[in-house]
Amino acid sequence: MTKYLLTLLVFGFQLSFGQGNILIKNGNILTITKGNLQSTDIYIENGKIAKIGKNLIVPEGTQTMDATGLFVMPGIIDAHSHIAIDAVNEATNPNTAEVNVGDALNPFDVSIYRALAGGVTISHAMHGSANAIGGQCETIKHRYGVLNPEELRMTGAPRTIKFALGENPIRVHGEGNKIAPATRMGVEQVFRQAFSEGRLYAKRWEDYNKGITKNTPNYNLRLETIADILKGDIIIHCHSYRADEILMLMKVLKDFGIKKICFQHVNEGFKVAPELAEFGASASVFSDWWAYKFEVYYSTAYNAAILTKNGVVTSINSDSDELIRHLYHEAAKTQRYGNLTDDEALSLITINPAIQLGIEDRVGSLEVGKDGDIAIFEKHPLSIYTTPHMTIVDGSIRFDSKNDNPDMRISIDPEEKYTSNFEEKTGFKEDNCLQDVTEYLLQSDYASYLRFVYSKNHTH
Amino acid sequence: MNILIKKSGNTKYFSTILICLSLSLQVQAQQIKKAEKGPFLLKNATIHSITKGTFLGDLFIEDEKIKNIAQNITAPANTKTFDCSGKHIYPGFIDSGTRLGLAEIESISVTNDFAELGDFIPHMKALTAVNPNSVSIPVTRVNGVTTVFSKPERNTFPGTGALIDLFGYTPEQMYAGAEAVIMNFPSTGRRGRFDRRSEEDFKKDSEKAIKNIDDIWDKVALYARIDSMAKVQNKIPEDYNPQMDALLPVYRGQKKLLVEVNKKEDILVAIKWLREKKIKAVLTGVSEGGRVTEEIKKSNYDVITGPVLTVPGRANAAYDEAYRNVSKMVEAGIRVAIRTNEAENVRNLPFNAGFAATYGLGIEEALRCITINPAQIFEVDKLYGSLEAGKIANLFISDGDPFEPKTRITHLFIRGWNVPLESRQTLLNDEFLERLPGINEE
Repeated sequence: MTKYLLTLLVFGFQLSFGQGNILIKNGNILTITKGNLQSTDIYIENGKIAKIGKNLIVPEGTQTMDATGLFVMPGIIDAHSHIAIDAVNEATNPNTAEVNVGDALNPFDVSIYRALAGGVTISHAMHGSANAIGGQCETIKHRYGVLNPEELRMTGAPRTIKFALGENPIRVHGEGNKIAPATRMGVEQVFRQAFSEGRLYAKRWEDYNKGITKNTPNYNLRLETIADILKGDIIIHCHSYRADEILMLMKVLKDFGIKKICFQHVNEGFKVAPELAEFGASASVFSDWWAYKFEVYYSTAYNAAILTKNGVVTSINSDSDELIRHLYHEAAKTQRYGNLTDDEALSLITINPAIQLGIEDRVGSLEVGKDGDIAIFEKHPLSIYTTPHMTIVDGSIRFDSKNDNPDMRISIDPEEKYTSNFEEKTGFKEDNCLQDVTEYLLQSDYASYLRFVYSKNHTH
Repeated sequence: MNILIKKSGNTKYFSTILICLSLSLQVQAQQIKKAEKGPFLLKNATIHSITKGTFLGDLFIEDEKIKNIAQNITAPANTKTFDCSGKHIYPGFIDSGTRLGLAEIESISVTNDFAELGDFIPHMKALTAVNPNSVSIPVTRVNGVTTVFSKPERNTFPGTGALIDLFGYTPEQMYAGAEAVIMNFPSTGRRGRFDRRSEEDFKKDSEKAIKNIDDIWDKVALYARIDSMAKVQNKIPEDYNPQMDALLPVYRGQKKLLVEVNKKEDILVAIKWLREKKIKAVLTGVSEGGRVTEEIKKSNYDVITGPVLTVPGRANAAYDEAYRNVSKMVEAGIRVAIRTNEAENVRNLPFNAGFAATYGLGIEEALRCITINPAQIFEVDKLYGSLEAGKIANLFISDGDPFEPKTRITHLFIRGWNVPLESRQTLLNDEFLERLPGINEE
């Protein structure tokens, strides 16, 4: 980070971790939870929504934004992303519960600005999927412009942790490192072992604290974290694809009395939607990604709609610095594939991901008392012809289409060169959960594929 | 299969074979209902002809062609009539750059047929490897895409791509009358986050790459001279040289070369190189074309660009640079076709065009970029790219604007066949939306 030359750009808005006051006048308000309000004002005070109503009277001098003819919705929430972090995978063990991507936050990532330019105000910065039990994740607010990584955190958001099933942990550890898990059987046992040891660990400390035992137990952050999951203090977000492995994890969780789980990707979630609903598990899916590996070959773009109609709290995520820029469009696809209503479709990127991250009492809908996180669009956000007009985080304007400079970098790497775009050059897609682990894959079948992908356009 | 054989002795070998076997059993039969042959009369539709305006009328399909477009067409007795009141007819969308039919599951190399080994293999024919039963093909049709250009990739001359219609049971049935040799112009940029070459290496590599294509072209020139002389002297060529044979029509200006180039600086070098060699080219990729519109316009080359839905290649680029790239080029008077550069998600072509429409291009121009423009660029516009009598009946009926996600495509015709809008993805929806049995009772 020291090599960065810090350059402060003049944004025309607050760069600080500000909690602003702003009046948004006369917009078409999509509250998500309480219907739509025509020609209505929203007043944000100290970063919180203070009033919603017609012709609001606010203190003189309040910054005012005329939203006549515009669409005002809650800031979009992405329940699965890897932007704004400098590391994704600690791919050294099938269980790395002790690590935390919150220790690798990068406020200079221009992807944060590009996400804001798609109305996204909160993302769930996740550990990757190399390990069955990956690291802990961080829910961040897109306060682009802050320089201190700490100021990206959404303080008070519940702790979350990444789990992963299927091909990725199998490839990395079974095929790459020649250790279990090499199959979906092995993956199950990673969880059973971790939870059993975590339970014993918690018991040892409980006994010690009660004075039943005298010797201080060894402190172990990995087991400590697992014990916190067992206590219900951490929400599991589990990378998963196939119906069978989803059922497996729900069974394991049931055996250990764990309730808080959101399945990520969950391409075959539609096959076990009734089971997910009964368990109370939620699902965070792609709108239409499939076929990039065998475990997503039997997918359908109707996944989000089927899950929704079966009563599963469902969100649409990006897992990508590209898709995160147009989650409103990804949500709109559920109207073509599954006929969801406007409210159902918009819930997929607002209140539902908020529920999955445990922050639904603070964000995800436009209600008095909630955070002043707002996305304002030129046309209805589910129309292909809409464009983001303004994005507000905690009452501070962080994206303004009228004040948009092409170069929005905060830090400039003097050695930076043109980076040819991965997808554009190769057309290849991949869930981005395997970043940082190529070295572990060099002996696997997958390696030839990756070598191919990353060597595209090399002239030999 | 080489990779698999080398890995034998490893238990993974068996599971990989199992996957292959199960694939060969399952990669088929994605459409249950049969396609239906006309004649068809589509009555009272809003017809978006693209080339002759938008108007209310009837459209009559006979055999594989649009026979007639007019008011109140009287059709023969055996005609099936569709009442299209309140509905719209558009020409089938054309995606000018995909791997559809050549790629099935990206992470399993044996299911991918778009990247043969070799740096100079222009004779590799995509049409040979197109799998008419690829699961992705019906998935693509549901959004009104009827025709795609499927192309080989990787290295300098990876092969010859083919324009195909998305219906048919053999590659020949699908072939839409255009093939083109692909060239990947040497790229001087960093190739992604794993590329850690030094500045010096960048320079060396790029000089070497240009020398490589110069050498290839010198050989092609020599080969063309020998070939011409042999023809004059009525001699039969002594060597089998399919690579050179594939490039002869390009060298002689009879066929276009599709040249992939993206970075601004590379586009300029490519244009200069192509002009020097007097090559008839189409520039593809062109992700930074918006930065050098004047130079592209001056070169007179057409452009195939996309995806539109992509991140800019530079950190200092505007967030919407890729969205606006098409409109900047079209404004400069360049003829542009849009591609997704996709395999399984070619279905997003109308959404890519829709984003371009939103960011400066406008709906009408965006429609042209996925209909008549590609037909002209591939020189099949006598038969493709618009709704006109005499053209191939590739078209679809929708209940609204096909760029809007809310809109439904209700019917789709390819070469006059009414193709059911079913795919494995719709069938899975049918099976699982209300799954029976639901939850197991214990």
